Amino acid sequence: MFYREAGQFKTDYASDQAVFPILQDRIGIVVIVLAAYSLVLAQNDFLLNAMMIPFLIFTLAAIGLNLLTGYTGLLSLGTGAFMGVGAYSCYKLTTIFPGVNIIIWIIVSGFFAAFIGVIFGLPSLRIKGFYLAVATLAAQFFLEWCFIRIPWLYNYNVSAAIEVPQRELFGVIVTGPRATAETRYLIVLTIVVVMTWMASNIVHGRIGRMWMAVRDMDIAAELMGIRLLPTKLLAFAVSSFYCGVAGAMLVFLWYGGAESTVFSINQSFFVLFMIIIGGLGSLLGSYLGAALIFMLPIVLRFVPPKFGIPVHAATVEHITFMTVGALIVFFLIVEPHGLARLWQIAKQKLRVWPFPY
Amino acid sequence: MRAPTGSHIAAGEVLLAVENVSLSFGGVHAIRDVSFDIRKGEIRAIIGPNGAGKTSMLNVINGFYTPQAGQITFKGQTRSKMRPFEAARGGIARTFQNVALFRGMTALDNIMAGRTLRMHRGLFWQIFRYGPAMTEEVEHRLRAEEIIDFLHIQHIRKIQVGRLPYGLQKRVELGRALAMEPDLLLLDEPMAGMNLEEKEDMSRFVLDVNQHFGTTIALIEHDMGVVMDLSDRVVVLDYGQKIADGSPDEVKSNKTVIDAYLGVAH
Ligand SMILES: Nc1ncnc2c1ncn2[C@@H]1O[C@H](COP(=O)(O)OP(=O)(O)OP(=O)(O)O)[C@@H](O)[C@H]1O
Ligand SMILES: [Mg+2]
Repeated sequence: MFYREAGQFKTDYASDQAVFPILQDRIGIVVIVLAAYSLVLAQNDFLLNAMMIPFLIFTLAAIGLNLLTGYTGLLSLGTGAFMGVGAYSCYKLTTIFPGVNIIIWIIVSGFFAAFIGVIFGLPSLRIKGFYLAVATLAAQFFLEWCFIRIPWLYNYNVSAAIEVPQRELFGVIVTGPRATAETRYLIVLTIVVVMTWMASNIVHGRIGRMWMAVRDMDIAAELMGIRLLPTKLLAFAVSSFYCGVAGAMLVFLWYGGAESTVFSINQSFFVLFMIIIGGLGSLLGSYLGAALIFMLPIVLRFVPPKFGIPVHAATVEHITFMTVGALIVFFLIVEPHGLARLWQIAKQKLRVWPFPY
Repeated sequence: MRAPTGSHIAAGEVLLAVENVSLSFGGVHAIRDVSFDIRKGEIRAIIGPNGAGKTSMLNVINGFYTPQAGQITFKGQTRSKMRPFEAARGGIARTFQNVALFRGMTALDNIMAGRTLRMHRGLFWQIFRYGPAMTEEVEHRLRAEEIIDFLHIQHIRKIQVGRLPYGLQKRVELGRALAMEPDLLLLDEPMAGMNLEEKEDMSRFVLDVNQHFGTTIALIEHDMGVVMDLSDRVVVLDYGQKIADGSPDEVKSNKTVIDAYLGVAH
């Protein structure tokens, strides 16, 4: 009853073309964003550091992969490596030019990832589906090899790992061991909110329609005058940009240091599972998928003990694997549009409630 | 909808000419040495029994197939093959025998996708959406709405086309082609699988598009009644060869054509 567009007449096409034409949706978004920001007041390091920061970072990576796989229909198994390109670029940039604002380098490292993404996206003109996935897999292994075998990338550290240096922003420490969870959370949140807004703008406009057209029926898209290669490469570029920024944040604003294994094929699958469960071709789905995959083990780990049920770390891991596996099978077979679609259905029901139609 | 622009060819002159085109797939000769032309402003029907090569001919015209021999002259430019992108740029739009809509997108988005070539704001403006990108979006939304009104599909504009019944899908596909404001519209069996009422509606739309907007139309259709009513000239293909070409009445009384349709042995 309360959620419906009744009485909200769209007087022009600009407001109808808006991303959230319904007022309740817009209010909801504002409330959620404000609530997210107010979490810093909770003074809860565990909440921010172990849950919110990684959740947001993986959401950004999931959005990146979703732009490519969900919106453009190009399956990629190289997400982990593209995240790695972002992380290593950021590390090189900030150690070569320590004076430049670290936030700028985090964003710029996205461009490096975009560039690499475009190069490995080139075969996508000729090959599709399974074979393209294999090509991105090659990218994954090649880049991983670079992260291990090119010591210049990690500044010849004996640990063979990125060691995040301390950097300040307006006198506040934002990276390195002395940066507080609150500061890092605020930066991650702001970047993810802004980049989600941008992704939403892109997919709702001309470029988003070109991507989806290529995904749904590439021959018809070509006949609309959409050139396949530039369109696919743009998807690779934007997608890898998102993954690159996510990778840089993962190391600089969460881990504080990382070896090449962080960017392994496992990470690629991890993000892929998020968008399958959350919903292919949905930004909301990227959030839901990341939340589910990321929060599930944490909930399993900490909720049962509250009720006096002891669980082993190993058990948690097993249950997580089984649940995630079952969910993937479920969504692939029953609802390819994932949690996001279930949410839409619920909303539709709410709109007409209490009437069945 | 605006009348098509950008063409210096006057009504009645040759808009597209196909000369001595041959196309084969391995051993299958889909088209053998076929020549015909389409004049600006007319409805040109292409008919023939199943497997005659009609769809293949459209695929040659908009560049999906490369003919082994022959040439295509479009708007005065002669080439041995078209490229899909060039064809779209040049003002050729197309619907498919088996609907080829973007199934995951709404009817409105499908039609908006038809306007891609006419929209120019790049990634930079799209990222911010508000401002120039939105101005452009609204301007083209108005065009899309005109097409939606014209085809009477207001009620389904926000529905994913994959969920629409077949007849409506065909209509949305026509809308998407119209959104390109083409000079030449290729329709591959637009009425196949429709009931009588839907066929009548679709015939009306085809005629209206031709008369009000002056769009030249090449129409493949099996329903002879529709062909006779709509078309100005008819070309008949059989086993990849042209067996007749002329006004509907001439073609109807042509002995070879009657034999081809009745399946007389060659
Ligand atoms: N891509 C292809 N590969 C191989 N053979 C093809 C291909 N496309 C068409 N053909 C063959 O070319 C011949 C002509 O086919 P086409 O689809 O043009 O016929 P049509 O006149 O459109 O028939 P219909 O009325 O059934 O649609 C057929 O024998 C068909 O099998
Ligand atoms: Mg055909």
